[in-house]
Amino acid sequence: MRIFNFHRLAAIVVKEFIQMRRDRLTFGMMIGVPLIQLTLFGFAINSNPKNLPTAVVIGDSGPYVETLLHGMKNSEYFQVLERLDEAAAREALTRGSVQFVLTIPPDFSRSFLRGDRPSILLEADATDPAATSNAISTMQELVRSVWNRDLAGPLAGLAGSPGPVNLIIHSKFNPEAITQYNIVPGLMGVVLTMTMVMITALAITRERERGTMENLLSMPTRPLEVMVGKIIPYILVGYIQVSLILVAAALIFHVPMMGSLLLLLGAAFVFIAANLAVGVTFSSVASNQLQAMQMSFFFFLPSLLLSGFMFPFRGMPVWAQYLGEVFPLTHFLRIIRGILLKGNGLAPTLIELGPIALFLFVALIVGVRCYRQTLD
Amino acid sequence: MKGSPAIDVRGVTKSFDGKRVVDGVALRVEQGEIYGFLGPNGSGKTTFIRMLCGLLKADGGEGTCLGFDFLTGSREIKNQVGYMTQRFSFYEDLTVLENLDFVARVYDLPDRTGILETVMEEHGLAARRHQLAGGLSGGWKQRLALAACMLHSPRLLLLDEPTAGVDPKARRDFWESIHKLAADGLTVLITTHYMDEAERCHRIGYLSYGRLLTTGTVREVIAASGLHTWSASGPDLQRIVQRLTGKPGVEQIVPFGTTLHISGIDPGKLEEAIRAERKPGTDWQKIPSSLEDVFIHLMDATRDNFP
Repeated sequence: MRIFNFHRLAAIVVKEFIQMRRDRLTFGMMIGVPLIQLTLFGFAINSNPKNLPTAVVIGDSGPYVETLLHGMKNSEYFQVLERLDEAAAREALTRGSVQFVLTIPPDFSRSFLRGDRPSILLEADATDPAATSNAISTMQELVRSVWNRDLAGPLAGLAGSPGPVNLIIHSKFNPEAITQYNIVPGLMGVVLTMTMVMITALAITRERERGTMENLLSMPTRPLEVMVGKIIPYILVGYIQVSLILVAAALIFHVPMMGSLLLLLGAAFVFIAANLAVGVTFSSVASNQLQAMQMSFFFFLPSLLLSGFMFPFRGMPVWAQYLGEVFPLTHFLRIIRGILLKGNGLAPTLIELGPIALFLFVALIVGVRCYRQTLD
Repeated sequence: MKGSPAIDVRGVTKSFDGKRVVDGVALRVEQGEIYGFLGPNGSGKTTFIRMLCGLLKADGGEGTCLGFDFLTGSREIKNQVGYMTQRFSFYEDLTVLENLDFVARVYDLPDRTGILETVMEEHGLAARRHQLAGGLSGGWKQRLALAACMLHSPRLLLLDEPTAGVDPKARRDFWESIHKLAADGLTVLITTHYMDEAERCHRIGYLSYGRLLTTGTVREVIAASGLHTWSASGPDLQRIVQRLTGKPGVEQIVPFGTTLHISGIDPGKLEEAIRAERKPGTDWQKIPSSLEDVFIHLMDATRDNFP
């Protein structure tokens, strides 16, 4: 007996290839998934987000203001959406529908002409520091140079540093731009997505692989009973994870907790249930555990990459943002960041909870329909 | 419902990928009867049983199972049928008691603890209640499976090769339980490959290539085959096999240890064929055909009909 025999090695290699070829779905996913991911993420991911929605509170219009707004637009970092009053602008920022609020004071033009260096205020939703930092530095540069052509004659002295206008920047919700404040709450969503989907994806396929499915089917159990029955225990597991992460967030990372924890726990319920429903659905579609694992990974990766966890959501092209809106994680990230960092209440939470609930509903329907009541 | 047959189906058909696995089977099993289903591997026994309890949807056929339409009433049928799968299909990572408790809950049985105790006592499982099912030996797994099937007091028991891989003692115990249950009015449909088990059934049927070739009591099946058999014992049996093979009248030669069974349909031709072999030293006797002779004959006959 030799220690290593190449014929024996070949026997194993050949057998593996045969088995790989037999499982068509797995083979297809091995080839197809990288292709899809390459095109999807290659085009979608952009860590330098532009066209960030910006609300403007205009106390004074005039050529100088127009110059500034024009300059912001040309920089491509800002997309001036609407001119709002102060209260509406603040609310838009809290809700997350705009990234910036720019406030121009009432006597801006007069002060500008007098060379008084009027102040303008740029408030940023800095929950995700990565999303705003480039835009903010562009704004700083802009304020120094955008009026250069206007600064002739008596105003010529204002050109150059420090510039004709005093730009005040308020990074709201996360003023020190601490990445953990953004990442740690987000991790709760990521961890829940990963474990919940994977655990349940294996739930029914395991029964099928071990042969216990035949028994379960021969008994008078209904599909919905099996599915919900397999989901409930893991909701408990999900809550254990939620508690662990919350405790760690508070004690180790000192993440601020502005809003109601009870509201967060309530929202987490829908989110956990949605992920479990996806898992169970995969489980009833897949014919073996390997396929179920691949499906959950196929779900997990875009959740991670397109939800705004890894890369700023607004950095993605519009089609990818629409795709991202599908995933429960996207909405849960907004909910948890909103509650913890912004102190959001019920109303903004419900707006994001709606899509998750819809997702849960659809996943359950698909799952129940795909659940095979016979062995055919 | 008393008096009507437990199973009464006709024209049951099922195809997989265009291949007919069960082909127009008609079966009638009376209440309290133990019906044995025999046939080679892949003959459609398991598929037929799975259709009866609603695990597979039949392509065609009509009739009733326990008084319910067997095509549309699978939900009601499931409630009154105990199905024991060929492969052990309870949870190996649960204990005996936990498995039984699970089944009791699924059937929503009242007074679970009472029923569980009774069933465990009846099947001798009480001492092993806290043992993991995965750690049980074949015979005990089979007892557990039978106990679980009986928990909800079904009216019909479907047993798919329940004694495969079980030692003779456990098999005998098992059959004792089955006969006791049948005496109490339970109907049992059982598949097996063992001839001795077939002989313990009230009636048997032989399935081959999806068709029910013969059915009746053991005696009826043997008589219906029209097979005549001679046994030969003595030295040099292998020579006799060589000489007799292919002779007119000799349809099959089967060695049984130190004897040969030589069978044929036409008694005259058969006797004619073996006349030359009846020499001193070899003991020839005309014997009644055994069930095994008949089944081997059926198997060979169908192989010719369905290449």
